[in-house]
Amino acid sequence: MTQIALPDTQMPPPRSNLKNWIGVVPFLIFAILFIFLPSVRLFIGSFTNEEGRFTLANVTQLFTEKYILNSYWLSIKISAITALGGGIFGFLLAYSVTVGGLPRPLRSALITFSGVASNFAGVPLAFAFVSTLGRTGFITSVLKDVFGFAIYDHGFNLYSFLGLSLTYMYFQFPLMVLIMAPALDGLKKEWREAAENLGATSTQYWLRIALPVLLPSILGAMILLFGNAFGAYATAYALTGGRLPIITIQIGAQVRGDVLHNPNLGNAMAMGMVFIMAISLAGYSWLQAKTERWLK
Amino acid sequence: MSLLSRLRRVPFWSAVWFILGALYFILPLLATFEFSLSMERDVVGFKAYEVAFADKEFLQTFGYSIFLASMTIIMSIILIVPTAYWIRLRLPEARRLVEFITLLPFVIPAIILVFGLIRVYSAPLNVPFTDLTIIQPLTNYKFGTNILIIGGYMVLGLPYMYRSVDTGMRTVDVRTLTEAAQSLGASWYTIVVRVILPNVRTALLSGALLTFAIVVGEVVLASFLGVKAFGPYLFLLGQHRAYEPAALSFTSFLLTWAAMGIIQLVTGGQGQVAGGH
Repeated sequence: MTQIALPDTQMPPPRSNLKNWIGVVPFLIFAILFIFLPSVRLFIGSFTNEEGRFTLANVTQLFTEKYILNSYWLSIKISAITALGGGIFGFLLAYSVTVGGLPRPLRSALITFSGVASNFAGVPLAFAFVSTLGRTGFITSVLKDVFGFAIYDHGFNLYSFLGLSLTYMYFQFPLMVLIMAPALDGLKKEWREAAENLGATSTQYWLRIALPVLLPSILGAMILLFGNAFGAYATAYALTGGRLPIITIQIGAQVRGDVLHNPNLGNAMAMGMVFIMAISLAGYSWLQAKTERWLK
Repeated sequence: MSLLSRLRRVPFWSAVWFILGALYFILPLLATFEFSLSMERDVVGFKAYEVAFADKEFLQTFGYSIFLASMTIIMSIILIVPTAYWIRLRLPEARRLVEFITLLPFVIPAIILVFGLIRVYSAPLNVPFTDLTIIQPLTNYKFGTNILIIGGYMVLGLPYMYRSVDTGMRTVDVRTLTEAAQSLGASWYTIVVRVILPNVRTALLSGALLTFAIVVGEVVLASFLGVKAFGPYLFLLGQHRAYEPAALSFTSFLLTWAAMGIIQLVTGGQGQVAGGH
């Protein structure tokens, strides 16, 4: 933090200062070519009509076309549910190996496994879940043969909203574990002792001290999980083959060929996604700043 | 202390959550592994692996993905190490801007990135307001597509690579090292390659392995840019085969495991995550 403040107090002469920027020019050129140009192109495109003039029609169409709204809504729903579910489950897991009193070796095992699982996404993950919960999957057969319960006769389907959520959970809750374990380590022993000395029960300690302190990091982590699921494409496409029209799959269809007969509407759909992601990231960094107050 | 009394001291609910988590982790892997072993009727064996690995297309696409991953890692290092170094040494006022840029890939998912790349580079790139062409459409020839996909992968890996390198540089005194090297008459090239690089090699390794894990199985950029990489191959294989994709999925899990395991090992548990794709 102090390093950022330094140059303000001892400003070098402006001339050599400008020369110093040459050192970051290659990086900036890279960023312009591979990040800015593509984004700006999509941004301009979303406000352009087919004759190349300015229009708001593409953006308003996002809100009037029923299937686009539905896609956004589906994506938001699945991301929110897996962020909440993965967040709660991941928190409990992180709790169990930090302050929960499980032996130390289990903790390093869980952290390592979480590192692997949170990076195990896309096509292989989808195939793994087909082998597990598909029609002839491992758990499906065990439930059927051993317990006599055929989940597919009782409304379960892997290639559905529920199935995709369960699959997303595989990379969601490990991410939560990785973020929450250090945060839970930051809970100071003295706080608990002080609370106990004042006669607080364990429930009171958690509800009135630990959880309020942890709340910004829990919410921030859940936002990260939300964005993590919101941008996912490959897992959903490999699992459902595009039958579940989440927004990334709709945009993918746009890139493959202009199914909407209006390329600029596709641009607007993409920008809408970036907009939602940007809001979540802003929320995350705001919460991150709040977290740093307590957890150093 | 006997095992039983040890067990009694384990808190009940913690144990429950942990076991549930372990099951969620392990069951899909176990199922995939079990399925991949049952290619031949009534025989448990590695037939699916033999068939999958012997496929010429697998070897080609997998080799190609490894090539792309290596190029991405090399180019990222060439781009990021001098930048991070320069910012620490001479240009702290650029830190905010560069850090902001390295976070942008979090806001721009792969599918949007590839969409934008195709929109920009599938047409000739002109000097603004003129007909002067700077770059021919990159999507039209193989070398151009390679540039696009490696650039795209560099963007996807940027947050992790930059943060690894920057964290690595925080632990070494860049300024003193530079002054010492300069007083011995070293050139900038020598300083970066022979002084700075070796000092951040742990950070580079973890960034590189994470990039490797992202790139080798990546499917969105590769399939939309029409690159014959491992991700799209595995996806297509899954459309008409059953056992071989399971075998390859399990293999790619082991690869991810290896990459993450090494990161944990070299960084002492401070590994990073890339998240879903």
